[in-house]
Amino acid sequence: MDTKEYIASGILELYVAGTLSDIENLEVYLNAQKYPEIKKEIEAIEASVLSLSGTVSPGTKGFGDIRNRIAKEGASLTDEKKNKVSWTAYLGWAVSLIFMAGLIWLYEQNNQLISDIEVVSLENITLEQQIADSEISLAKTEELLTTIRDKNITVVPLGGQTVSPTSYAKAYWNKHEKKVFIDAQGLPNPPDGFVYQVWSLKLNPLTPTSMGLLEDFMEDDNKVFALANPNESEAFGITLEPAGGSAAPNLEQLYTLGVATS
Amino acid sequence: MELDQIVERFQKKDTAAFEKLYNMYSENICGVINTIVQNTNVAEEICQDVFMKAWKNSESYNVSKGRFFTWILNIARNAAIDEIRSKSYKNSKKNLSADYFVGILESKENNESGSEDTIGLKKLLLNLKEKCVQIIELLYFKGFTQKEVSKELNIPLGTVKTRNRSCISQIRNNLAL
Repeated sequence: MDTKEYIASGILELYVAGTLSDIENLEVYLNAQKYPEIKKEIEAIEASVLSLSGTVSPGTKGFGDIRNRIAKEGASLTDEKKNKVSWTAYLGWAVSLIFMAGLIWLYEQNNQLISDIEVVSLENITLEQQIADSEISLAKTEELLTTIRDKNITVVPLGGQTVSPTSYAKAYWNKHEKKVFIDAQGLPNPPDGFVYQVWSLKLNPLTPTSMGLLEDFMEDDNKVFALANPNESEAFGITLEPAGGSAAPNLEQLYTLGVATS
Repeated sequence: MELDQIVERFQKKDTAAFEKLYNMYSENICGVINTIVQNTNVAEEICQDVFMKAWKNSESYNVSKGRFFTWILNIARNAAIDEIRSKSYKNSKKNLSADYFVGILESKENNESGSEDTIGLKKLLLNLKEKCVQIIELLYFKGFTQKEVSKELNIPLGTVKTRNRSCISQIRNNLAL
């Protein structure tokens, strides 16, 4: 680079005046770093501007004034800082206390909710059990209903006999499927060690054939018992027999009897 | 110590370095402000504010962007112009160009010689034409751009640069006498 030409262009005077663009400023700065004569020229220009501006100076208040102002600002700055710190500290404590209280409250609420949930889920289990039971019961009832509504069913009412005149029962006889459902709702609970036994009867001559026992009579809720009946029954009878049943009916303990009409 | 080092220390909030810079430039900065606000008391006050501003914003100075003097000169000009605007001075740059600087120089020239202030002034202004004083005032003290100077003095843009150089050179020659 021709530094003389560069210097003569007058760009350095403008550099000192501060009227160049940022890029031009950077360029001059780099050239001044590179070429000592450019740096020297800049310093000389600055010196002449300084000497000129110095001539119109009204004088200065001196650096003592500046020193005081710095000290003052420093002091007020520290004060501000102190105040700021304590103020933020108070605020911080207040916020953390509120936060703590909130946390405790939330914790309590949470515990309450957890125990509520436990209670509810227990209730829920119970209710589900009940529903399941009900469903099973319903299913059984529906099954029963379907069974007794079957068109092949013959209903045989069994009336109370001498031993127990108020007793009654009904036999739902599905000849097609060779099954009989005994509705024993109207029979009293059998005494301990005894069981009801159902008999299929041929009337002429009187020939009883055991169809089975009404086992677990007390435990059975709907008191409907399904029994197989391959016989050409003309009547049905229910007797009270010792536990395990008997080979032949004890007719003295005949509770109910009914004749199949068809 | 080199100027760059002093400035660096100043930027690290070294008051001793700051004092050095103050002593180097405060007279000149106050002088420039005085040419704008045209009131010595106000100029002194603003001058101190300018140095405080420089102190607080010292980190914003970057050596690659220009001379330290140029940086603080710019702060001073802006502060002075803000002042006269806030005081609802007539505030266009055109009005700023009223040749106060020339006036001050002339009044000082006419003062009885021997007073400390004027020592060297006559020497400084020896052979310096009025158009030189004008262009220097506009560029250095008022912060005009080349374009604005060209318009103000009604001279071609290219002439601003060369005329300014020859004017500064004249002062340099006078200084060297």
